[in-house]
Amino acid sequence: MASSAVHGVGTAAGLSLPPAVPTRAAHRNLGDRLFRLLLRAAGATVLLLVVGLAVEMIVGAMPALRAFGWRFLVTSVWDPVAEHFGAVPFVYGTLLSSLLALLIAVPLGVGAAIYLAELAPGWVRPPVAFLVELVAAVPSVVYGLWGIFVLAPLLRTWVQPALGKTLGFLPLFQGPPYGVGMLAAGIVLAIMVVPFITAVSREVLLAVPNSQREAALALGATRWETTRLAVLRYGRSGIIGAILLGLGRALGETMAVTMVIGNRPEVALSLFAPGYTMASVIANEFTEATSDLYLSALIEIGLLLLVVTVAVNALARLLVWSVGGAVKAVRE
Amino acid sequence: MKTWIAALALLVTGSLAPAAAAQTLINGAGATFPYPIYSKWFDAYTRVDPEARFNYQSIGSGGGIKQISSRTVDFGATDGPMTDEQLKQAPGELLHIPTVLGADVVTYNLPGSPKLRFTPDIIADIFLGKITKWNDARLTAANPGVGLPDQPIVVVHRSDGSGTTYIWVDYLSKVSAEWQQKVGKGTSVNWPVGLGGKGNEGVAGQVKNTPGALGYVELAYAATNKLPVGLVRNAAGRFIEPTIESTTAAAAGAARNMPADFRVSLTNPPGDDAYPIASFTWLLVYREQPDQAKGRAIVNFLWWMSHEGQKSAADLLYAPLPPQVVKQIEARIKEINYQGKPLLAAR
Repeated sequence: MASSAVHGVGTAAGLSLPPAVPTRAAHRNLGDRLFRLLLRAAGATVLLLVVGLAVEMIVGAMPALRAFGWRFLVTSVWDPVAEHFGAVPFVYGTLLSSLLALLIAVPLGVGAAIYLAELAPGWVRPPVAFLVELVAAVPSVVYGLWGIFVLAPLLRTWVQPALGKTLGFLPLFQGPPYGVGMLAAGIVLAIMVVPFITAVSREVLLAVPNSQREAALALGATRWETTRLAVLRYGRSGIIGAILLGLGRALGETMAVTMVIGNRPEVALSLFAPGYTMASVIANEFTEATSDLYLSALIEIGLLLLVVTVAVNALARLLVWSVGGAVKAVRE
Repeated sequence: MKTWIAALALLVTGSLAPAAAAQTLINGAGATFPYPIYSKWFDAYTRVDPEARFNYQSIGSGGGIKQISSRTVDFGATDGPMTDEQLKQAPGELLHIPTVLGADVVTYNLPGSPKLRFTPDIIADIFLGKITKWNDARLTAANPGVGLPDQPIVVVHRSDGSGTTYIWVDYLSKVSAEWQQKVGKGTSVNWPVGLGGKGNEGVAGQVKNTPGALGYVELAYAATNKLPVGLVRNAAGRFIEPTIESTTAAAAGAARNMPADFRVSLTNPPGDDAYPIASFTWLLVYREQPDQAKGRAIVNFLWWMSHEGQKSAADLLYAPLPPQVVKQIEARIKEINYQGKPLLAAR
């Protein structure tokens, strides 16, 4: 496989050059070969890193895998003293907080991107785009501190009582308002994810050819119809890619979430209740985990986080692929 | 005997003089709680012995125990004593050398920040979720004259594994049979109630921002941030304010029954003035040192730390060791040896 690919390049180079200068061709061939080798090594390193990571985590998680087996995935007690470990509250918390973040961040982020790419006056675009990128670079601990000192009191005194009064019949909005909890985590995550979605979506929308817009406008479409039918549909897979990038960040975010989620390993329906995420429990307990089984259980949580991230990404990609397939089928 | 040792010392130092000119680098790792004082000590000690250079990584007690047990560092540090099983797994006999004391305090968020008094059973039942309101009959009985509101108590604990938590739950396990049986003790536990905050600052932030909240933080942190703290009733039946002096008194109270290996919990100790939620933090060293130069540097440092070093403890809001305990530590330091020969020069 490898040798034939190199050979293929060799013949291609040979064909494009006059046969009278074989030394130069050989020279060029060597450069190409080196370049190819270098890039292949770079690609293989990434692959090796992922595989190495997975192997290392599986080895590290072995004692816990052996001790708990499937029970790890279906029980929800996390008791380091008695060494009973179950991952359910952490998986639940990770998925719920990320879902909540996307529910808030997608309309906001994509909306901002549409505004920046389609509607905003020219002088607004560069400074806002710059600010968006700046917000993406703020360290997560800053968001966490803001969450504790600004967002949580705001939620506790205003938002949660109001939600409890109006939507309290839903189990989502019941229980005492602590401020910190799943809702706070979702909001902080959303704020952290919005700039990613905005920045990437904006690039995607800017890459939509103008002929698309012109064609729609020529057919008498309104601004809204043009955006919806010609621009958004064209850039759909790119926007979904932007959302996936945001989701990846939300699933793995540690510091900011740890500071506002309340860190309670419980599966609660209410968004007011404290929760816990996989990344948070690792960050919280890894340094002081003294027994081997405890440490191993934390590593298994890490392995699970990898699996969940891969699974969610694969699912989303499948979605993109099926949507893309449908579009293609319509076009044909 | 004395002259013999002196002669030997002369011989050794003489023969090692060229080598000793090079610095001896001693690596250590472990607990985060005493890191500020350790780094200050290691810095100050370079002026006492310019040839010894200490390098300390505050990676957590668990990591400290792991690393000293696999001999990847020259000394370890921990906030909770090693278990018998852990000691058995180590490749040599490890000594626990107490360095300073820390204490946990109860802090809370109530209008006017009144000075509250807590009995052990009240604290345990709040953390077990059995006392849920500030105007609970037992709380009002312990605090006559303080108007406690009809408000739920929001319990806040540490979410990260920590020595601070270890001291706290060790205390609760001692004063409450129910806690001992239901929850137990460790650097992290399965909390019956409450919210988790990351680090002292996380707990303090949560308490500050939540009316009716109650949590525990490290004494030094509470003092530097001027948090309201509660008095706790000790084993002698007196309500004690948490201070550096009352923390040192906790170790003095326990000194009479101090086990030789210092693996002792100081919570709820005897003594009229002892604050009951206190603990040592320890350095972990091998009794038989594998390297003579490093071993000598370590024992000399331990001696300096337990004498001169103690004077700087209070500045950083750590409680110094009481003199009785320093006497007991001296005996342990003298036991540290290289191939059967004690490393500490005669004093």
